Amino acid sequence: MREYFKNIYEAIVTILIGMGVTFRHLFVPSVTLQYPHEKLKLPERSRMKLFVNIDDCIGCRQCERACPVDCITIDTIKAGKDEDLGAASNGQKKRFHVTKFDIDMSLCCFCNLCTFPCPTECIYMTPEFDFATYDRNNLIYHFSNYTPEQVQELKEREAQQKAALANAKTGKKPEQK
Amino acid sequence: MEPILKLFTDLLPGLSQLPYWLLATLAALIAALVLFGFIAVFALFAIWLERKISAHMQDRLGPMEVGGWHGWAQTIADTLKLLMKEDIIPEKADRILFKLAPMIVFSVSIASFVVLPWSRDFIPADLNVGLLYILSISSLAVIGILMGGWASNNKWSLYGAMRSVAQIVSYEIPISLSLITVILITGTLSMQGIVQSQQGNFLSWNIFHYFPFMFVAFVIYFIASLAEVNRTPFDLPEAESELVAGFHTEYSGMRFAFFFLAEYANMFIVSAIAATAFLGGWLPPFSFLDFIPGPFWFFGKALFLVFVQMWLRWTLPRLRVDQLMYTSWKVLTPFSFVLILIVSFWQLLTL
Repeated sequence: MREYFKNIYEAIVTILIGMGVTFRHLFVPSVTLQYPHEKLKLPERSRMKLFVNIDDCIGCRQCERACPVDCITIDTIKAGKDEDLGAASNGQKKRFHVTKFDIDMSLCCFCNLCTFPCPTECIYMTPEFDFATYDRNNLIYHFSNYTPEQVQELKEREAQQKAALANAKTGKKPEQK
Repeated sequence: MEPILKLFTDLLPGLSQLPYWLLATLAALIAALVLFGFIAVFALFAIWLERKISAHMQDRLGPMEVGGWHGWAQTIADTLKLLMKEDIIPEKADRILFKLAPMIVFSVSIASFVVLPWSRDFIPADLNVGLLYILSISSLAVIGILMGGWASNNKWSLYGAMRSVAQIVSYEIPISLSLITVILITGTLSMQGIVQSQQGNFLSWNIFHYFPFMFVAFVIYFIASLAEVNRTPFDLPEAESELVAGFHTEYSGMRFAFFFLAEYANMFIVSAIAATAFLGGWLPPFSFLDFIPGPFWFFGKALFLVFVQMWLRWTLPRLRVDQLMYTSWKVLTPFSFVLILIVSFWQLLTL
């Protein structure tokens, strides 16, 4: 009999305690982050979206070679002999026109291996994380700032130079013989 | 019928020239439509409220997007979605019973609204057996639930329905017994009479009568009413983790919406009965607050009890079946018998 009343008393007391807990939590500020409206600020060195500071790129293609999934595609054209492309911010001389620097973020595995070999530290990962798109092609980021016309012009020039070189070589050959 | 007819003729004196049968039909139709509208709007509001309360009790926010301010239109969107869904009836189901079940469950809950006293004048029908009527009509819902569970031809539905019947039948007893103490005090079964006998400030409400015995009766009624409307901690008939969705596992779309609507309407009804029988119905807590109309107080008290139901739901885990039966037969029933004895003796001694 004593047990019976003790059980009822305990049931009532524990229910009241539980209700107290839930009532207090009714006024506790929520932990929810209203995601699209407010975003979590990630630490500065988070490995999210890749970024290339193309002004510092010297076109050495070391990042392209380091990439395990081949998501970086670079095209370069050698600068002319009397052409000065300037230097990167750490003093490295720029010897190439970087006509194409595409990163396919749909392939990227966020390993960060491309950023270590870069001699000018111009490729790095940013904390920006929400870049989902409806079309997979929109995940290819173009960093080169050459227009298609400029690229065409440079390509023609390179082809002419090569042809001239080849001509010169073929022209020399009979003389040597 | 008389009080509501009087209300109509008071509002529009021209109506009194109509023949009685036409006036009665009109008044009944309008009252039914008003009540249906009330149930629909209340269910929308209560579902939204429940989601918000459950979210905040778990340190979340709940619906925030639809409609702008704190997701107020979320349940409207959900209801529209439910209404537009395909109406699926399982191949092996008993089609007639399957279609009939949600209708019965919902009409039972709308029928209970007939005797709820909203104010001095607005009560659809002031039956002299109001409390008895509401007790008997609310046990009819069991038939609808059993029907739905049986007709679905699904093991979970059948289990849920059978649990629900066992639960509601056993919890009818403490509900009736605890309400008998109220009848002993007021000496009437009419809802309006029960309210009027609690005239005065809040200390003359039945809950503070013969303190603390009537308070215990109120607690017993409240616990048993939770079981009556299948709310946690007594939600075994629709225990998600064991029975998928209990008796409405096979229901979808519109029919499911009716079960849902009936559940929230029932929550309001049991709270409204508690408010009428124990908390003075449409009477204000202090007599100087008389200028605020009765429906405000009635709705406020019922809504507070609905809030307590939600509060309990998000505090307590579900009971086991044997614990459920233990609570009803070994705790609530003997306690309410003892209460009846005490109240009767007290009444005799103070006569």
